[in-house]
Amino acid sequence: MAMLSFERKYRVRGGTLIGGDLFDFWVGPFFVGIFGVTAAFFSFLGTVLIFYGASLQGTFNPWTINIAPPDLKYGLGLAPLAEGGLWQIITICAIGAFVSWMLREVEICRKLGMGYHVPFAFGVAIFAYVTLVVIRPVLLGAWGHGFPYGIFSHLDWVSNVGYQYLNFMYNPAHMIAVTFFFTTTLALSLHGALVLSATNPKDGEPVKTPEHENAYFRDFIGYSVGTIGIHRLGLFLALSAGFWSAICIVISGPFWTQGWPRWWSWWLDLPIWS
Amino acid sequence: MGLLTTIDYQNIFTRVQVRGPDDLGIPIAKGIYERGTTASHNYWFGKIGDAQVGPFYLGVWGLLSIACGIIAFEIIGLNTSQGFKIIPPLSQGGWWCIAGFFITVSVLLWWTRMYRRAKALGMGTHVPWAFAAAIWLMLVLGFIRPVAMGCWCEAVPYGIFPHLDWVQAFSIRYGNLHYNPFHAFSIVFLYGSVLLFAMHAGTILAVTRYGGEREIEQIVDRGTASERAALFWRWTMGFNASMESIHRWAWWFAVLTPITGGIGILLTGTVVDNWYLWAQHYGFAPSYPPVNPPVVDPALLPGAR
Repeated sequence: MAMLSFERKYRVRGGTLIGGDLFDFWVGPFFVGIFGVTAAFFSFLGTVLIFYGASLQGTFNPWTINIAPPDLKYGLGLAPLAEGGLWQIITICAIGAFVSWMLREVEICRKLGMGYHVPFAFGVAIFAYVTLVVIRPVLLGAWGHGFPYGIFSHLDWVSNVGYQYLNFMYNPAHMIAVTFFFTTTLALSLHGALVLSATNPKDGEPVKTPEHENAYFRDFIGYSVGTIGIHRLGLFLALSAGFWSAICIVISGPFWTQGWPRWWSWWLDLPIWS
Repeated sequence: MGLLTTIDYQNIFTRVQVRGPDDLGIPIAKGIYERGTTASHNYWFGKIGDAQVGPFYLGVWGLLSIACGIIAFEIIGLNTSQGFKIIPPLSQGGWWCIAGFFITVSVLLWWTRMYRRAKALGMGTHVPWAFAAAIWLMLVLGFIRPVAMGCWCEAVPYGIFPHLDWVQAFSIRYGNLHYNPFHAFSIVFLYGSVLLFAMHAGTILAVTRYGGEREIEQIVDRGTASERAALFWRWTMGFNASMESIHRWAWWFAVLTPITGGIGILLTGTVVDNWYLWAQHYGFAPSYPPVNPPVVDPALLPGAR
């Protein structure tokens, strides 16, 4: 059994949302649960379909495999397997696997007596994905507006959709999202570094305390957010990055059809200088 | 049914703020400048973090850094306002050089200050070294690559929209930066940092009911908060960090974002002129079935010049 030294006493029954004791067991280090079974099912089916799509495409080069959504002519209907139908089923599998994974995290939280912050955070990531492949395509009236599944093909989609709006960096929600991405990374580096610097002082020095962390940041910028505060701040920044990413793409097309630079004409038209 | 009975407080805000005497900080050796001796309080800061603001340590390095920063800020600000064009050489990039010089000096002085504050408290120097990674990217963009290309005109302009235009033009000029593998690494570490912070911060908040936010204490003397946090990820994905190692993961992901990004920028135009052609050469650019009738390049039509 792959158990940590202290693990046995935590492996208790209960906490499942549905299924009772039926799947309340572990396989190696993994907790199973009914949602472990559904997550495994969707992941396996989705992966097999990706390989099938790659074989139809005629390449197993991982960089160039491309599972494209249906042509726009299929609208919101079903497409033949080789013409986007695979993409549609794989999308269902992905959403099924992600949601299963989130609910399995909820069960594990309940088993360990923890708060639900992690599954909630994962839910925001799922929301961003669903925005890209379901909400926006539905608003625009065709599954063809989803992004293709492929390492470099999805980057091409990002470029192409970006240039449809001339310069996507002028999208105000994109600006907010990018700012949150950079700020989160800055805050993560500061938090990681601060904890490491307190626990890894010069050889022979005693480990430092949270009071040292506070003193360092107050000397540094005049404010220390504190040990709980940095985690609240970090979670807020990270979730905001994901949330505003979803907003910036869902408004492109359904709510704004011109180039994004054009959107800023209200700024140029302000009575102050116009 | 089960969910309804377990709705409880998730520790998003501090509900009761306790206000004791100000914490004026771990004593440090006396120098020319001394740390401030007063602190104020902000109720709204106290809602999510520490309510105490200050004391602040200015110091020689901080003073010089802020002075240089203000000079750079003023130059950039006055140049954007209309009617403040001075003599031609300055208005044709001279001001950019001066502003860039003062920004760079300001940032390097600020780095020195970060390093000396850590030393003064007997702490490790992980914070300034993380900041150095960001300075690397800044120097690549504004100094190293322009020198390698032989023209200051290669550098990034100072301005909110101008720097975005530069990024867009840079990607188009060099054949789509998405095909630059170091750009890909940098994005992976950027998104990875956001993912890691969501995972880490979420985990710690979820075990604050067991004192999990006391990370240093948990690192040197593991408690049930660390054990539950570790088991959560072990049971979820078969692997877990420790209370200390998660901060090493965090540090490396965050630090590698500007390091790999800087490498990607430095190679662009100096070593590789068109990343898309480069990707085709190395066989990782996808090809697509033709869906539209072929288009003839207008430049090749008769009568075109």
